[in-house]
Amino acid sequence: MEVKEILLPGVGLRYEFENRDGGRIGVIARRGGDFEVVVYTAADPDQARPVFRLTEDEAEALAQILGAPRIVEGFADLSREVPGLDAGRVEIRPGSSFVNRPLGDTKARTRTGASIVAIVRDEEVLASPGPAEILHAHDILVVIGTEKGISGVQRIVDQG
Amino acid sequence: MAISAAVLLELGLILTVLTIVGSIARRFALSPIPLYLLAGLALGDGGVAQVPAAREFVSTGASIGVVLLLLTLGLEFSITEFATSMRRHLPSAFVDLVLNAAPGAIAGWLLGLSPIGILAMAGITFISSSGIVARLLNDLRRLGNRESPAVLSVLVLEDFAMAAYLPMLAVLVAGGAWWEALLWMGVAVITLVAAFGASYRWGHHVGRLISHPDDEQLLLRILGLTLIVAALAEQLHASAAVGAFLVGLTLTGPTADRARNVLIPLRDLFGAVFFVAIGLTVVPADLIPMLPAAIALAVVTALTKVFTGAYAARRDRVARPGQLRAGTALIARGEFSLVIIGLAGTTVESIGAIATPYVFVLASLGPLLTRFAK
Repeated sequence: MEVKEILLPGVGLRYEFENRDGGRIGVIARRGGDFEVVVYTAADPDQARPVFRLTEDEAEALAQILGAPRIVEGFADLSREVPGLDAGRVEIRPGSSFVNRPLGDTKARTRTGASIVAIVRDEEVLASPGPAEILHAHDILVVIGTEKGISGVQRIVDQG
Repeated sequence: MAISAAVLLELGLILTVLTIVGSIARRFALSPIPLYLLAGLALGDGGVAQVPAAREFVSTGASIGVVLLLLTLGLEFSITEFATSMRRHLPSAFVDLVLNAAPGAIAGWLLGLSPIGILAMAGITFISSSGIVARLLNDLRRLGNRESPAVLSVLVLEDFAMAAYLPMLAVLVAGGAWWEALLWMGVAVITLVAAFGASYRWGHHVGRLISHPDDEQLLLRILGLTLIVAALAEQLHASAAVGAFLVGLTLTGPTADRARNVLIPLRDLFGAVFFVAIGLTVVPADLIPMLPAAIALAVVTALTKVFTGAYAARRDRVARPGQLRAGTALIARGEFSLVIIGLAGTTVESIGAIATPYVFVLASLGPLLTRFAK
């Protein structure tokens, strides 16, 4: 997909791309951190139809909603390229003994050889979490390792 | 410390009037600048109300206003934006300069102004208000339009032209010789190039002396430095405005971004005081005989700006309606035309009477016209 980047002097940048349905979508990124999303109709490609504006925080939230599933997908692609390496999702169930305990307590890497590369929590993705990161119920751990390693992590968080 | 109740009361009343007229203007997505001018006119000699006690503050505030307007203009400059605008729109800038400076110069000559007056008039009709236009594009949700990069590029190149023009005009107005004017113009351009070069090479190291994580410290440091440099420049007959502009140019990158954010509220306040002060200096009786000339000049230079904008938009392959939107967006003249009036007004007395109503007309009419250019 080709994303065109156009400079708006004194204001910021405009990104423009075409989606699969042939609609042209524009995103204006302002210097101050605000965003505006617009669409262009085929009838008048010069004039932008405003869709919505986002503050910096709102844009961040939207980016995470759109970006969360893609991170796991990205790792899945990686694991396809390296034979024997897999990516998996491990949920922290509410009854797990690791709820409200730091990630380091699981000693998952030492015990299974698999790495926890991200934690998906609600709409948020914590990339490369440190051992001090506190785990919550319903967190999804994105794990990279062998198939055995990943099921090992699942066993650890379920049974301690 | 003795507090003068009269000064506080009059200032309070002025600011209250400004906020009322300002919010009315904003409601209709118009610029408050014309109304600030009108407020100044109403408060001046021969106006409806007098503010004798607050006058001293207004005139001090006005000089700070000019300093802040020019400082923030200097802070706006970015090498990539300038380079991109230059690459795509140098011919547009040339068309802009020829078409819009010439009517002002001719009008000045017809009105029998001095060479300095003619130079000032050329600048007043040339420079569109980047403040009004940028705000307008945002309020009308036109930033995503295909003609907007052309409009913004023209504004950036105009502001760049000001970097060379203002020092020259300021020195000439202060009674300096032509060679002194050219010298200061050179200083401004060299500062610009040096600041760009330095920020390109050393990045964040420049501005580290000024930068401070605390906003209050940052504000005080920048204001202090700017006022000192402004005073030195004034001493050297190069105008405080030019000094402030040079300080703005030397700050780049993240320091400039943060400085802009802390300075903008202050600039808006003192900028408003400056617009009122310009209105105050105009005597209504002098204004009336000049009105027909001002309106005629406004009509001519509105048309030349429409042509300029259309030309720039056509270079970006924008269709007819977009060309018209771009052209009408550029009509508005504002803060920098008024800064020129403020600079030149001290030596060329009649310039305020012709140029103030001119700016008034185009600052009100420009935003209106572009709203109707769908």
